[in-house]
Amino acid sequence: MSEVIRVQDLIKIYHMGDVEVPALRGINLTIERGEFVAVMGSSGSGKSTFMNILGCLDRPTSGNYWLEGEEVASLSADDWARIRNKRIGFVFQGFNLLSRTTALENVELPMMYNGFAGKERHQRAVEVLNLVGLGQRQDHTPNRLSGGQQQRVAIARALVNKPSLILADEPTGNLDSATSNEIMGLFQQLNSDQGITIILVTHEPDIAEHAKRQIVFRDGEVIADKPISQVLVELES
Amino acid sequence: MRWLMIFRIALRALARNKLRAFLTMLGIIIGVGAVIAMVAIGEGAKSTIRSQISALGTNVLIVLPGSNVQGGVRAGSGNVNTLVDADARAMTRELRSVAYASPVLRRQEQIISGNLNWGTLVQGVAPELEQIRDWQIESGRFFHDGDMGSAAKVAVLGQTVARQLFGADDPLDAVIRVRNIPFRVIGVLVGKGQTGQGQDQDDTVMIPYTTMQKRLMRITWLQSIVVRAVSAEKVAEAQQQITLLLRQRHRIAEGRDDDFTVRNLSDIAEAAQSTAKVMAVLLGSVAGISLLVGGIGIMNIMLVSVTERTREIGIRMAVGARSKDIMLQFLVEAVVMAATGGIIGIFLGIGSSQLLKTWAQWPTLIDPAVVAVAFFFSGAVGVFFGFYPARKAASLDPIDALRYE
Repeated sequence: MSEVIRVQDLIKIYHMGDVEVPALRGINLTIERGEFVAVMGSSGSGKSTFMNILGCLDRPTSGNYWLEGEEVASLSADDWARIRNKRIGFVFQGFNLLSRTTALENVELPMMYNGFAGKERHQRAVEVLNLVGLGQRQDHTPNRLSGGQQQRVAIARALVNKPSLILADEPTGNLDSATSNEIMGLFQQLNSDQGITIILVTHEPDIAEHAKRQIVFRDGEVIADKPISQVLVELES
Repeated sequence: MRWLMIFRIALRALARNKLRAFLTMLGIIIGVGAVIAMVAIGEGAKSTIRSQISALGTNVLIVLPGSNVQGGVRAGSGNVNTLVDADARAMTRELRSVAYASPVLRRQEQIISGNLNWGTLVQGVAPELEQIRDWQIESGRFFHDGDMGSAAKVAVLGQTVARQLFGADDPLDAVIRVRNIPFRVIGVLVGKGQTGQGQDQDDTVMIPYTTMQKRLMRITWLQSIVVRAVSAEKVAEAQQQITLLLRQRHRIAEGRDDDFTVRNLSDIAEAAQSTAKVMAVLLGSVAGISLLVGGIGIMNIMLVSVTERTREIGIRMAVGARSKDIMLQFLVEAVVMAATGGIIGIFLGIGSSQLLKTWAQWPTLIDPAVVAVAFFFSGAVGVFFGFYPARKAASLDPIDALRYE
């Protein structure tokens, strides 16, 4: 197993006027390829900030972040765009699909920014839509799809450039529990069948149970980091 | 990111909001249409005025010999004998701004034909005078160069003279006498009527200037040279060039006064042309302002669009669009709107000026250069007014943009 993510002494401080608000107070952790990690914590615990930094959307105040061995915290904005495009797939709570744009075009979107030819792009998008079970609805616009289907389109979009990492920010937050389980099942399947590394933010323990490892944040620090099996045992006892 | 892709994204975004895109374009359409129609009207008016002016003969210049100064007495123009016919020939030969030049000699003479006589102005001129004064022959012919060379005793009569001496008879080939010298009548001029000062222009007889010099006046110099500039605009240039040429030919040292005067009748022309120019500038600037307003309309809508599509921008950035890609997307949208509006505006402008031409009988003139400039300008308006919204879009923070409600 190789490292996908390694962070060292990650610190993020926000400035609210004159007041310094520390969001991350020195995070150290490593995530290996093929892991399925649930990041938990109440709001304000720093988990969203952590995810934004992992997603190359936000810069840490200090500390290092290696993505697949490459130090990325200090790269330029354009390099980050390239990393987000090729190596990271995002799945959001609110789906964040382009409205009035078909499922297929939504999935093609990331490929528009890396020079895929039209035919290849189309082929690849259809392939990924089939993988998430939406092959039949590729011409539907998001407003004609259910929440679960929209999230599947978003997952297909995250997968389309074959990233090494998927970052999912409360992907089931807007879904009912049955659909949530379906989506989590899809994540588990992608993790086990395709070997894709998944990092999932959630505050629902039963969603976190679908992962293999749980990291808990509180006040900008990691207070717990253990395999789910151990968490479950602790819960029972 | 390839240009084709940017264009497709921009076109798709515009197609999603067709009515809005059209209304935004309307500003540019009207602006460009107005520029083209207004400039066409202005140019049409200018060319009409120009042709009216040249009909007036205002691109005619008169070169007079200078005055003699003796003991402080300045004798008035026309009494120096430095102006010769070679000067007139040199003007047409060497100056591009001069179309025609003709020597002129004039004297009041008593003309006798049979038992009738009539006092009139005899003018010695060159064949070019017909073009210079735009004065056609009614019957017979005007002089030709052969008449000049041989100092032929031939005459062309003005209408008044023909009527006084011949009444209803045909004067052609009749013989008239001036100072006892017989002249054969070879032509009659069309009637030109009175001048503004009430002088009868038709009360004249024209003979070759060589004949006038040798047989009537026995002089070698000229009383004046009339010149026609190639166009009304070239009058000033012609005046300048003639002055330079004559100074050179008359070997006038630097700092010494001219021994001749060049006068023009172009005051009217200048006034009329400057009026037309002012009108063209006014029309053009009004149209230009409407184009500017159209541009502001584009900027306004683009700013609204950027705000509206903040989340879209965030999504695009999250999946790998660089700031540059976002910037270009919005810039291309603005330019596409402006340029499309420009093209439609060009057709509108050409169409409306054609309508004015056929229905209102307004003389309009479409200059292809103006069309090209208007199109280029509409594109430039797109870039200029699209830049700020596009930069605003590109500078959004992806995290904030994604959270935007």
